[in-house]
Amino acid sequence: MVQLTIVQAVKFALEQEMERDSDVLVLGEDVGINGGVFRATEGLFEKFGDNRVVDTPLSETGIVGAAIGLALYGLRPVAEIQFDGFLYSAFDQLISHAGRIRNRSRGRFHVPLVIRVPYGGGIRAPEHHSDSPESYLVHTPGIKVVTPSTPYDTKGLLISAIRDPDPVIFLEPKRIYRAIREDVPEEDYVVPLGEAKTIRAGNDVTLISWGAMVRQAMAAAEKLKGKIDVEVIDLRSLSPIDVETVTKSVAKTGRVVTVHEAPRTCGLGAEITALINERVFLSLKAPVERVTGFDVPFPLYKLEDYYLPSINRIIKGIEKVASF
Amino acid sequence: MPEEVVGKFEITMLKVLDVDGNCDETLKPRLSDEVIKKLFELMILSRTFDDIAVKLQREGRIGTYAPGRGQEATQVASAYALNDSDWFFPAFRENAVYITKNFPLEMLYEYWGGDERGEKIPDDFNAFTVAIPVGTQIPHAVGFAWACKFKGDKRAVLVYFGDGATSRGDFHEGLNFAGVFKLPVVFLCQNNQWAISLPDKRQTASKTLAQKAIAYGFEGKQVDGNDVFSVYKAVKEALDKARSGDGPTLIECVTYRMGNHTTSDDASRYRTKEEIEEWAKRDPIDRLRKYMKRAGLWNEEYEKRITVEAMEKVQKAVEKAESVQKPEVKDLFEWTYSDVPQRLREQQEELNLSLKERE
Ligand SMILES: Cc1ncc(C[n+]2csc(CCOP(=O)(O)OP(=O)(O)O)c2C)c(N)n1
Ligand SMILES: [Mg+2]
Repeated sequence: MVQLTIVQAVKFALEQEMERDSDVLVLGEDVGINGGVFRATEGLFEKFGDNRVVDTPLSETGIVGAAIGLALYGLRPVAEIQFDGFLYSAFDQLISHAGRIRNRSRGRFHVPLVIRVPYGGGIRAPEHHSDSPESYLVHTPGIKVVTPSTPYDTKGLLISAIRDPDPVIFLEPKRIYRAIREDVPEEDYVVPLGEAKTIRAGNDVTLISWGAMVRQAMAAAEKLKGKIDVEVIDLRSLSPIDVETVTKSVAKTGRVVTVHEAPRTCGLGAEITALINERVFLSLKAPVERVTGFDVPFPLYKLEDYYLPSINRIIKGIEKVASF
Repeated sequence: MPEEVVGKFEITMLKVLDVDGNCDETLKPRLSDEVIKKLFELMILSRTFDDIAVKLQREGRIGTYAPGRGQEATQVASAYALNDSDWFFPAFRENAVYITKNFPLEMLYEYWGGDERGEKIPDDFNAFTVAIPVGTQIPHAVGFAWACKFKGDKRAVLVYFGDGATSRGDFHEGLNFAGVFKLPVVFLCQNNQWAISLPDKRQTASKTLAQKAIAYGFEGKQVDGNDVFSVYKAVKEALDKARSGDGPTLIECVTYRMGNHTTSDDASRYRTKEEIEEWAKRDPIDRLRKYMKRAGLWNEEYEKRITVEAMEKVQKAVEKAESVQKPEVKDLFEWTYSDVPQRLREQQEELNLSLKERE
C-alpha cells in the first residue's frame, strides 16, 4: 500500500502501465520535462525518455488526431489535454473519427486510446479552465467516459482505460486532485469500466453524482444523518452507465437527486432521469430532482461559488424529494 | 526536362536599436523625442502594472496571472502604431497593449481578479476581449478585417498571439483566409521563445515563424521584438499597407518571456539560469534607456519621477479594483442571452432562494 492523492494515483497508474507494456506512450502539452501542469506525469520523462513521454506542439487536434493514428497501429497512446476547455477543438477528431472507426470499418480497425482531461471548477482559474464537458462526450457513440473521485478508483480506472480496446476519455476532477490521500495498492488491479459504486447505503433517497461533486454529495448526506437516510452513488463510469446499480437503488428508495457541475439542460442528470423513468417508473415516489450548474458559461471565479452546486443546494434537493 | 525553381523566398530580420542602444539612423522610424519618452514611460508603467499583478496574485488578491515582463517593447510599440480607427485582438498576455491604448488599469485588475466586469470593454475602445484558448482569436480578427473591407472602412486589425499559437489550426486557417481574401489584418506573433515548457525550436521545424506567411501568399518578417523602434516601424508599415488595401502581413517579434508562464508555473523546471541571464542583457527597457541617455532624453531624476508616477497610477488602480463590490447573483445570469429565457430566470430564483435560506 502507498498513500496517494488522485493526481499521484494518475502518475502511478501511468508508470505501472508503461512498465508493463512498452506500447503505452504519453503525449500532450508540457507532459515531458515539466511533468504536466498539474504534475500528473512528473518523473515519467526522466524514467521512460522522450520517445515515450512526448511534448507535442500546441495543437489539440494534432494530439487527438495523432493519437488515433498511433492507436490504429496498435500502440496505446495516453494523451493529456491540458484543461477541459481546450478539448473542444479536438471534437472533430473525437466525434467524427475516434467514436466511429470501429463501426465504420466493421471492426477491422479500432482505437485503444485514452485522453486524460483535468476537468471541473472550483480552483479560481481563468476562463475555459473550469468546464465539465461530460455530456458532449457521453452523447457521442463509440467513446467511453469515466471519472474517478478517489485515488483508489483513479488508479484502477486508468489502468482499465489504458487496456480497453475502445477510446476512453478519462476526466480527472482537478479540484480534488490533492484533496484526499488514501491507501492505494502497489500491485496491479483494475476497477472495471461500466460499474458505479454505492459509497453510502441509505433507504430514503438516492443521490447520484461523480467527480468532484461526490464529496459535496457525501457531505450533504452526512449533514442529513438521522433525518433523511441518503444512499450515495458515485457513478464513476459515465458511459457506459451502470444501469443496474442505479435502478436497484431507486427501486429501494423511490426518490432520486442527481448532482453535477455541468449546466442543467441536457446534462447527464437528464439522461439518468430518463433512464429511471424507463426502468423503474413505478417505484418513484417523487419526480427526480437535479442539482446542477446553471445554463450559463462557467463564470470567472468571483461568481464560481454561486455557480457550483453547494452542499446547501444539494440538501435542499434531497429535502424536496423526501417531502414530496 | 530539368526541375526548375518556381519559387524562392527569404525572410529578413529588422534590427534598428542594438543591445547597447546604438541606433541605425537610416532605419529609425520618424518619432519625436516626446513620443520616444512616451514609449519609455508606457513600458515603465506596463512593467509596474505587471510586477504588482504578480505580487497581488501571491497575496491571493487576484487569480492566476500571465506576466508580460520582457515583452514590453513588442506590446507597447505595436499598440502605439495603431490608428484611432484600427482595432486589436489580444491573446491573454497583452496587458501592455491595453495599457498603451489607455485602457482603465483597474479593469485589468478586476478581470485578473476573477470578475467579468473587467472585460466590459468601453464602447469607444477598439479592442476585443481576452482569448484564453490559444490562437482562437486569429480567425476572429480575420473576419473582423473582412468586415472592414466589406464595408469599405479604412481600418486595419492587429491580432496578437504567441509562438505556441502557430501550431494551432486556427492560425493556419486564419492566415489562409487573410491571404485568399487579401484582408487588412496584421498578424503579430510574439515569439517569446516558450510556450509554457516547450521551446519554440520544438514547436516547429521551421527556421522562423515569419516564413509561415509565405505559404499563405503574403509577406512575413522577423523583427527584434525587444527594440521599440524595430517593432514600431514594422507594425506601422504593415498597418498602413493593410489600410491601403495591399493585404495582410505576418510579423514575428523575437522577444523573451522573462517571467514564469503564469503565476502557477515554475519556469526553473525547464529552462536554465544562463538563458535567463542572456536575455536579461537584452531587456527592452534597458535598451531604450541606453539610447535615450545618449540622445540626452534621460536622466535619473526623470526616471525617478516617471517610476513614482507609474506606481501611483497602479496603486490607485488596485484600490479602485478592490473597492468594487463583489458581483451579484444576477451577474451570473444576465449576459448569456440577449433576453434571459424563462428557465434561466427560474434557475436564478432557485439560487436566490437557496442563498436566502442559508442566512
Ligand atoms: C487551445 C489551448 N491549449 C492549451 C492551452 C494552455 N496554455 C495556455 S498558454 C499556453 C502556451 C501558449 O504559448 P504561446 O502561444 O507561445 O503564448 P505565450 O504563453 O508564450 O504568451 C498553453 C499551452 C490553452 N490556453 N489553449
Ligand atoms: Mg510563447
